[in-house]
Order: sequence, then structure tokens, then C-alpha cells
Amino acid sequence: MKSSDKPIVRINKVTKNFGTVEALRNVSLDVNPGEVVLIIGPSGSGKSTLLRSVNKLENLTSGEIWIDDDLLTHNQSDIRKIREEVGMVFQNFNLFSHLTALENITLAPMVVKKIGKDQAVKIAEDLLARVGLSERAGNYPDQLSGGQQQRVAIARALAMNPKVMLFDEPTSALDPEMIKEVLDVMLQLAKDGMTMLVVSHEMGFARAAADTVVFMDEGEIIEKGTPDEIFDNPREERTKKFLKHIL
Amino acid sequence: MAEIKKTRIEVTDGTLIPGKGEHSVFSAWRIAFFGAIALIIILPVMKPDPYFEILKFIPDGVLATFKVTVLSILLSTLIGLLAGLGRISRITLINRIATVYVEVVRGIPLLVQLFYIYYALGKLVQVPRLTSAVIAMAFCYGAYMGEIFRAGILSIPKGQMEAALALGLTRGQAMRRVILPQTIKVILPPIGNEFIALLKDSSLVSILAVSDLLRRGREYASTSFMYFESYTMVALVYLIITLFLSRIVAIMEERLGRNEK
Repeated sequence: MKSSDKPIVRINKVTKNFGTVEALRNVSLDVNPGEVVLIIGPSGSGKSTLLRSVNKLENLTSGEIWIDDDLLTHNQSDIRKIREEVGMVFQNFNLFSHLTALENITLAPMVVKKIGKDQAVKIAEDLLARVGLSERAGNYPDQLSGGQQQRVAIARALAMNPKVMLFDEPTSALDPEMIKEVLDVMLQLAKDGMTMLVVSHEMGFARAAADTVVFMDEGEIIEKGTPDEIFDNPREERTKKFLKHIL
Repeated sequence: MAEIKKTRIEVTDGTLIPGKGEHSVFSAWRIAFFGAIALIIILPVMKPDPYFEILKFIPDGVLATFKVTVLSILLSTLIGLLAGLGRISRITLINRIATVYVEVVRGIPLLVQLFYIYYALGKLVQVPRLTSAVIAMAFCYGAYMGEIFRAGILSIPKGQMEAALALGLTRGQAMRRVILPQTIKVILPPIGNEFIALLKDSSLVSILAVSDLLRRGREYASTSFMYFESYTMVALVYLIITLFLSRIVAIMEERLGRNEK
């Protein structure tokens, strides 16, 4: 039914207003299965808003977003179904502070998917091993470093077995020495074929893992291309100017 | 009680909650607590009549006070949780009902409410005195508890709810499994304060002919004419109970805080 070149995320003419401010202006973007899309742009350019719209943490003013043939509507049960299929990783990790690393991961599978505790724990242990934190299963978020918290947060999102993963500036709240451990996990995820939408300015990750780089400014997509195209030969003036600041 | 948006909320019309640093031998709490215990032992020994007689007379009252307090606490916490959730509800009707309830209750003195509910209930149904006293206390304290629940829920960072929703939980599930468990830690000190305040205010039910601690003391005084002696013992018993409870609240607070560190 689904051919691999059919987009798994279709963002179609999306507009989002906060009062009088236009955060997103007529944005369209397709993401194919297995594609890693990196979104860059100055702060306030709408990149986080776009990402948060994909799992409906933001309501759109107009336009539509399709996830794997399901239209994101206002219907609550549909939104929940979409959210089960779209994992999200936040800038500030947002681990549940009253739960251990393991319990953070088992909560959603048990509550949302009604998976039994034994099976949920097994899934969680496998995922913790995958992000290299098996020995931290019993620790509370406060007892983990930022990098460790973010790796647990990635494992927590993966536990729902999502088709798409969203990363909202996953490394910008981290100390420099912890960035690599998180990026390594993300790189591995990309290699394993996960579809990823990433808001980040990590150029190393972009070169190594991104298939597509999208440059946004003032709520619009200015330019889109492969990492080499965008970073080495940007066509637009605004892209050039922005890249000069961050490179 | 204005809107408080801090992680640690202090609503102080209860007793002083001992600070964590207060571990010296002569802390205020120890002086008050052990002083009261010493008095309640020494007085009856030195002057068995009337002090020992009074001490023998009031245990029934202590039991009634505990009954009213514990039942009111349970019921008012339940009402408070509902009122707090109602106050933050995005459904306008529920929000208004909860807000009006809180405004009305907080605008009427507890003593007046006790009288009012007691006699209003009496017109409708025949309930035991203790039951109507508990309902009146819980109805009033539920409003204060509601404001504490509300402030506590709002003090939890927004990202916690977002993360739960992003994982596919419903709002209700996120509230039950993620937000409320964290809220309880935050609101424990003010709730503990309310419990202690409630225990003290339970003395008001003595006017509803409930034989609580204060009423038993008054009964003894009115037959023996030993007013000063009777109320001395009543005050000491109240003091010992509330100081004891305030220590328990402090210990619970420390325990709950520990697993985060």
C-alpha cells in the first residue's frame, strides 16, 4: 500500500498566528519515510512552532498536516492516535521528575497502549541499553546529568514505537561535553532508518545524518536542499547571512 | 490569599512548621512541646484536685475532636481536589461553579457557616450532630484546600503536561499520572498547615452541641466553677496535639523531598 517514496509527513500551506504575530506563513513541507530533515533558522523564525504543530501541541490557524494518511484534525481521539505515532524530544528534556528513568519509559506504553508491566519493563530495559544507560534505570531525573536525561527522554519517546521522531533543539540546554552523547544516539537512530524532523544548529550532525536541510526565517521556508547545497552553496541572501553567523 | 506561583507555597494560618535547620536542643518547638507535656504531668501530680479530675474527664472530648478533624480532613481534601481542578478547568461552566463556591465560602466566617449549615441541614434532613458538623467544616475548608490544589497544580512546569500529551496520554491521564503526584509534594506543607488549622477550628463545633475537647472542658468548668483550671488543661491538650502534628508534617515533607535529590 505504502510505497517508500510517499511522504509520511505532509505539511500543507500551514499558517499559525499568535495574536497579530504570524509565526508560520503558508509553510509546506514533505518528509519521506526514513528521511532526516534538519530545520535551521534564527530564533523566532517559527521552526519550533512548526515542529510542535506536527503533533498538535500548537493549533494551526489554517492549513493541514497529514501523518501517514491521517489528517490532523481537532478531533481529540485522532490527535491522540497521531501523538502515539509521533515521538517528541524537548529542549528541556521534560522527564517526569517523580518517576525513575525506567518508570519514565514504561508509563506511556502501560497507560496508553495498555501493555502489561513485565513487557513494558522489558521494552524499557532494551531501550535504556540502546542509549547506554542500563545502570541508571533506578535513578530519578534529578540524579542524572543533562545528557543522560535527554537520552532517557529519547528512549521514552521510542518506547511508543513511533513512525516519526521530532527533536526540538535537543542539545541547546546541554553543556558542551554532553552534546556528543546525545548526538551519537540520534545518529544511530538516523542510521537505523528512523524518520526524523530536527530543529538544531549542530552542523556536525547535519553533515553526518541529514538528508535535507530547511532554512526558515520569519515564519517561512526560505530555502531547502541537501546539507552540501545549503551549507556550501546557499542561493538566498538571508541564508548566507544566517550561516555566516553560526558557522 | 493571593495567587502564589512558587514551588514552595506557604499558607500560614496554621501553626509554625519547623524549619529544617531547627535542630538545636532548645528550639522553639521543643520548648513549647516539652514545656506543655511537663505542665500536663506536673499539674495533676502536684494538685490532683482539680487537675487530675479534669484530665480524667476530657478524653471523650479528645476523641470527638479527633473524629471531627479526621473526617473533615478527608472530606475537605476530596472537595478541595475537585474545587482546585474546577478552578483550572477550561470548561467555563465548571470553572464558574468552582470559583463562585470558593468566593462565597471564603467570604463567610467559619462560625457563621457552621451555624448556617447546621440549621439548614436540620431543616432538610435529620442527621447526627457530628455529621453535620463535619459537613460544615469540610464545605468551608474545601474552598481553602481548593486554592492550594490550584496553586500547586499551576506550579508544575508546563513541559510536564506537554511531554505527557506528546506521548499520547489524555489530559485526564496526564493529570492523574504526571501532574497530581508531583503536586502533592509541593502542596504538602500548606495542606499540613490547613490540617492543623482545621484541628484548632474544630473547637468551634462545640457550639453545635458536639462534645469535643473544648465542650468537655466547659462542661467540667460549669459544674465545678473551676474555669481557669479547666481551660488550662484544654489549652495544653490542644497545644500538645497541634505541635505533635506540625512535627509530623515537617517529617513527611523531608521524606517526600528526599527521593528527588
